Amino acid sequence: MARITFIQNDGVERVVEAEPGMTVMEAAVKNSIPGIAAECGGACACATCHVYVAEAWREPTGHPEQMEEDMLDFAFDVRPESRLSCQIKVTDALDGLVVRIPDKQF
Amino acid sequence: MSEDVIKTDAVIVGAGPVGLFAVFELGLVDIKAHVVDILDRPGGQCAELYPEKPIYDIPGLTVVSGQELTDRLMAQIKPFGAEFHFNQRVESLERLEGGFRLTTDGGTKLDCKILVIAAGGGSFTPKRPPLPGIEQYEGTSVFYSVRKMENFKDRDVLIVGGGDSALDWTLNLRPVAKSLTLLHRRAEFRAAPASVQKMLDLVESGNINFKLGQVTELHGEGGQLTSVTVKGADGVTFEQPTEVMMPFFGLTMKLGPVADWGLNLQENLIPVDTAKFETSEPRIFAIGDINTYPGKLKLILSGFHEAALMAQAAHKYVYPDKKLIFQYTTSSSSLQKKLGVK
Repeated sequence: MARITFIQNDGVERVVEAEPGMTVMEAAVKNSIPGIAAECGGACACATCHVYVAEAWREPTGHPEQMEEDMLDFAFDVRPESRLSCQIKVTDALDGLVVRIPDKQF
Repeated sequence: MSEDVIKTDAVIVGAGPVGLFAVFELGLVDIKAHVVDILDRPGGQCAELYPEKPIYDIPGLTVVSGQELTDRLMAQIKPFGAEFHFNQRVESLERLEGGFRLTTDGGTKLDCKILVIAAGGGSFTPKRPPLPGIEQYEGTSVFYSVRKMENFKDRDVLIVGGGDSALDWTLNLRPVAKSLTLLHRRAEFRAAPASVQKMLDLVESGNINFKLGQVTELHGEGGQLTSVTVKGADGVTFEQPTEVMMPFFGLTMKLGPVADWGLNLQENLIPVDTAKFETSEPRIFAIGDINTYPGKLKLILSGFHEAALMAQAAHKYVYPDKKLIFQYTTSSSSLQKKLGVK
């Protein structure tokens, strides 16, 4: 189990428990976290599950692959810490992960 | 004008897997169909969102990609000769005696006896960047597609994005526009390498500008854009004067005009009964992801089942005097004749 904290733009924090193997997007959707639309259902085809990974977690969560980087072109207010949460696989090592949800998802 | 109207038994709105399979099921009961879709090719979400992604829950196929499923369905429905109207969205629905007249945004008029809405999550429409006040510029200064060249003629044009649409329009509008600037968040492009090279050559020769960054604010008045604020890749903000902006941020699904056709809706879905998959209005059916009923699952296979039952119910409207005898494709010589295998 890994505990993941989602911080809304208004500062509200929600902590959910995620099983290793699922994606951060799936953990969000399963727990009805607002702001993660995941329109395409996790196919890395829509950029509506955009999150900002907290500085301390950028290395452990890895870097976007080419496809994800391309799809981030379709997100709004992309920053160096931007990721598509459907492309971050939960592992035990990510216990304590903190991600911020953008002000606006397309 | 009546000679311009296409007359058909059925119109299917949406050429996704469920819309395509509806052609098959309707064809088996001798109902001819026309299919309208906003995209430029069949497949719906399978083509637009996940052509290369694997689907594991189509009965009998261990794994199939969105594109392959689409190709297989197109082959399967070939004997029924459905006509496709791509790049078009059905805008309006008019009630006629014993049917409907549909008009698309491309001006195509279709008279049909039954209507099958297989529009999935809605029609694919360009994403609107969440920039405050963008609505007031749409159609005058902000465009998501090029309908009229004069909107761009002798104007300062800003194109935002790095995919094929952004690059294609950069190349096509350069000779028309007064000045053209391409803005993208990074120096890498998803677009076809040949277009990227052409664009870079134009930047090199001073014919267009390329800037790195993302738009954060719009400025102007009376629907007329004068400049945009851009956050550069280095984090430094600058003003980019422009009269026109074309943002290319991909597509999203919107229910669209279906919402105005007078059907009962439940959270943007169309409630149907589970015997006929008919909506609140006789002769209008809804199948696939766009419908809802107790226990609904948004699965392609559920849509296929719904298409089969819909076709049985549709038969009575198209052939009110004929009794429909249920037959199997395996053993019925008349069905096999329709399929062209006998």
